[in-house]
Amino acid sequence: MSSRIAKTLAIAAIAASLAACSSTPLDGSAGAGDTSASGAAMDPFNPNSPLAQQRSVYFAFDSYAVEPQYQPLVQMHAQYLAANSQQRVRIEGNTDARGSAEYNLALGQRRSVAVGNQLVQQGVNGSQIEAVSFGKERPKASGNTEAAYAENRRADINYLR
Amino acid sequence: MTATLDNRGMRNTGQGRFAFMHRFFLFLAFVFFLQLGNFTQAQVQVALQGSGTSNKFPVVIADFAGPNGKEMADIISADLIRSGQFEVTRTQALTIDSNGTPNWAALSNLGATTVAYGSISGSTANFQLTDTALKAPLEAKNITEPQMRRLAHKVADAIYEKMTGVRGIFATRVAYATGQQLVVADADGENRKIIVNSPSSIISPAWSPDGSKLAYVSFETGKPVVYVQNLSTGSRQVVANFKGNNSAPAWSPDGSQLAVALSMNALSNIYQISATGGSNPRRITDSAEIDTEPFYFPNGSGIIFTSDRGGSAQIYRTGLGGGSASRITFNGSQNVSGKISPDGTKLVYSSLRGGSYSIAQQGLGSGSDKTLTSGPNDLSPSFAPNGMQILYVSSGGLSIVNTDGSFQASIPSVGNVSSAAWGPFTD
Repeated sequence: MSSRIAKTLAIAAIAASLAACSSTPLDGSAGAGDTSASGAAMDPFNPNSPLAQQRSVYFAFDSYAVEPQYQPLVQMHAQYLAANSQQRVRIEGNTDARGSAEYNLALGQRRSVAVGNQLVQQGVNGSQIEAVSFGKERPKASGNTEAAYAENRRADINYLR
Repeated sequence: MTATLDNRGMRNTGQGRFAFMHRFFLFLAFVFFLQLGNFTQAQVQVALQGSGTSNKFPVVIADFAGPNGKEMADIISADLIRSGQFEVTRTQALTIDSNGTPNWAALSNLGATTVAYGSISGSTANFQLTDTALKAPLEAKNITEPQMRRLAHKVADAIYEKMTGVRGIFATRVAYATGQQLVVADADGENRKIIVNSPSSIISPAWSPDGSKLAYVSFETGKPVVYVQNLSTGSRQVVANFKGNNSAPAWSPDGSQLAVALSMNALSNIYQISATGGSNPRRITDSAEIDTEPFYFPNGSGIIFTSDRGGSAQIYRTGLGGGSASRITFNGSQNVSGKISPDGTKLVYSSLRGGSYSIAQQGLGSGSDKTLTSGPNDLSPSFAPNGMQILYVSSGGLSIVNTDGSFQASIPSVGNVSSAAWGPFTD
């Protein structure tokens, strides 16, 4: 456990700087710098950690391409997972509400696999990753607006306890 | 247009006695009109069609005698109307003399020559389908069934089959998935039973060929897993729970196998597994792209499936041994959820055209292709077991459309429906 914390601390500073570059704003109340100083910042199970707060990659309609703006986010998770090889993640792909439930399930899978492949390319062991999909079954945003659709076209990186 | 549909309706009557008599009376009517004077053939056609409304079978349904007799007749009428093939007139219970003979003179004033009437005693319906011009029964039957609505559906099935020559589907059932429930209902949407109540999503119900079980996908363990549930016992079994997604179950025609979409080795390929589960799925498709939504040809010779291997989601066919697949849909920017008609001649699917998902139908081999509905969100089609209608999900509700496009109706449902399946004949 202590070695895990040490590794966590080792990459905390990198992650914090990456997080600052990300287009997804941090929850300001936590104060990323303060938590990294406390040693909890790169714990995916600490809700104040960037690993917990920045775990969603968003996609264009009917697309599974990971846009360049999400590279820092993917890199942050890749570094943590490469340093913590016992840690497993489940990447969950989601889609908007349009079209067939089963095709969307497969499209969500394309999205989770695309994120997983990038983690592997950045040094994560494939056995740490399970890519799954919820298709259009678990919409984060309800309604039939383009804003709701965009919010639901998403892959989430979930850390397994 | 109406003449064409009428001809099609007549062909459906097949070898039925009713068909013969219908033709015979059309002939008599024709001769009669000719004798009246200077009618051209076109005028005769108009006169004949005027006897009902266009191409539908006219029939009078009388209230049944006995308890629930009116409700019985109401259900029968609603069934026949929902087929899109009947023009129904309702009347009160008929007076029958002590010999069981109806008042033919009164019947002949009801507006149609075919009249259905009967009585209920306990769980048995005695019904007669008569021809008032012939003054003779076309059909007389006792049908016993303890559940009243189902009894009415079986009577409606008998009337439908006698008049069209095609087996009726009113006593069949439908299954549908709403967010977190799996529901089974009669074909008219009534008599609903919640089969599964889940804390998580359920999609893709699929009936076993004998109607005794449903395969479906549940996300209750945190990811999609395929289950098979016995409808009479309620017991269920995990049949596909491999790494990644397990989804899109389809039964082989003999009920022994399931085709499923698994992502255990790649993005999503089609595999065949035993319908009782098993650890060695046999791979049917092998692509780096999405392959999902398998459906067997009724003769078991192969499957169709949805794939985006050509750049957009389209429907392909392949043999069970794998090998090459050939694309069979071309109209529409996305074509998904394909099903084959029970006679193997037609494909129905959901087609994205002009930003709107509609139900489309294609003749296999003929290349004919047409949209049956206008969208904007028509999904998850399945054929009725007699091939005459298609059940589909229209913006979260259930609807049906006739395969000739002549009739559409909504079916009552609960919840926000995501996928649906019309069940098989069961007796």
